[in-house]
Amino acid sequence: MSFWDICTQLAGGMLTSLAIFVLTLLFSLPLGLLVAFGRMNKHAFIRIPVKIYISIMRGTPLMLQLLIVYFGPYLLFGMETTSYYRFPAVIIAFSINYAAYFAEIYRAGIESIPKGQYEAAQVLGLSRSQTFFRVILPQVVKRILPPVTNEVITLVKDTSLAYAIAVTEMFTLAKQIAAAETSMLPYLAAGIFYYVFNFVVAWSMEKAEKAFGYYQT
Amino acid sequence: MVLEIKHLVKSFNNKAVLKDISLEVEQGEAVAVIGPSGSGKSTLLRCATTLETADSGEILYNGRALMSMEDGTVSYAQGEELRRIRASFGLVFQNFNLFPHMSVMDNITLSPRIVFGKSKEEAETKAVELLERMGLADKAGEYPCRLSGGQQQRVSIARALALSPDMLFFDEPTSALDPELTGEILKVIRELAEQRMTMVIVTHEMSFAKEVADRVIFIDQGVIVEQGTPQQVFEAPRNERTRAFLSRFSD
Repeated sequence: MSFWDICTQLAGGMLTSLAIFVLTLLFSLPLGLLVAFGRMNKHAFIRIPVKIYISIMRGTPLMLQLLIVYFGPYLLFGMETTSYYRFPAVIIAFSINYAAYFAEIYRAGIESIPKGQYEAAQVLGLSRSQTFFRVILPQVVKRILPPVTNEVITLVKDTSLAYAIAVTEMFTLAKQIAAAETSMLPYLAAGIFYYVFNFVVAWSMEKAEKAFGYYQT
Repeated sequence: MVLEIKHLVKSFNNKAVLKDISLEVEQGEAVAVIGPSGSGKSTLLRCATTLETADSGEILYNGRALMSMEDGTVSYAQGEELRRIRASFGLVFQNFNLFPHMSVMDNITLSPRIVFGKSKEEAETKAVELLERMGLADKAGEYPCRLSGGQQQRVSIARALALSPDMLFFDEPTSALDPELTGEILKVIRELAEQRMTMVIVTHEMSFAKEVADRVIFIDQGVIVEQGTPQQVFEAPRNERTRAFLSRFSD
């Protein structure tokens, strides 16, 4: 099997990896903001459960969480799930896990904005939501881009964990081909794929950081 | 009366910071509030501008109650009434608190547009006029980080004036500036005083009080110790504490 043949065989898996990546970000980035608000809520009955949720998400392996999301409905509640549930299970597990990390990044960003910004908005008559979306959030986004980039790069590599529940993303295929052909080439191809993927991610995030460079705080 | 404060009391952690402060400011009057640090003068200003919640007393703007007492508990204006009262004053901060991600123009027009529903053209026409008054006509497109401290403070004055308030509060407007830049702010405030803008200026800068104010109020340990014209307070202070405070500035 030539290197090119391997790459064509992996191509379908690459699309699945890309889909996991895009969908996870699509759900976890906004969900993280909600979690961050819960984490900063003044009511303990909201704040403390959210804190526990974040603690569990960060304190246990993502692979374990993935297995629980996938097998949990059957093992815990006796619900029959089909193989169609594999892909959604990955998206659910990844989204709730990454939302916890993003929430802490958002929180750090929000808390780093000086109190004077809120006070200026208040005396200018802005409502709470106007203050957040017009004044605070744009400044938070600039500040959190570097840590968010870190998480996004980790996510690219974490998509390979989906092999644990036999979702045919790229890494799963690479392993199968490597076993069938007793060759290192599929792993090489996989490595190049992740590296190039992350190279593009890092490059885009750098562009985004530059786009925010028009002002300093 | 633009502003009436009656029997204002405020404590932080059981430490009384304002003890029964009463104060009236008339239309067109410039009042300078002086006093040692920790005297409560900044807290007074923060209570008057809703940045702090006072424990008891009354605050009225143009006769409308921002804060009043009902059956011994503090009650603040709510909703539309609160918004309306807030629009009657502007506040200029010590640290400017401009929005760093917005141009000078957007800083000034943000509130008129999104809070008071002015059109972009109307808000920008007014902003250009204010920037000209502040000597910053060429800075509309700049971001705050590209301006000097004195220029940033003048932008923040323009931002406060953009809402056409009945009065302006200044919270130590030159304390964050290099000494050579205080002159440009003094000039702006003096011009505002000449146009009979109602102002309350909390300041460490005695020249502000002397040159601009119609009335000087000396606060110490949460009470108004002495007040009068700049001449009375600076040249013939009656109270021992006022004399002690002023003597530290004379040398």
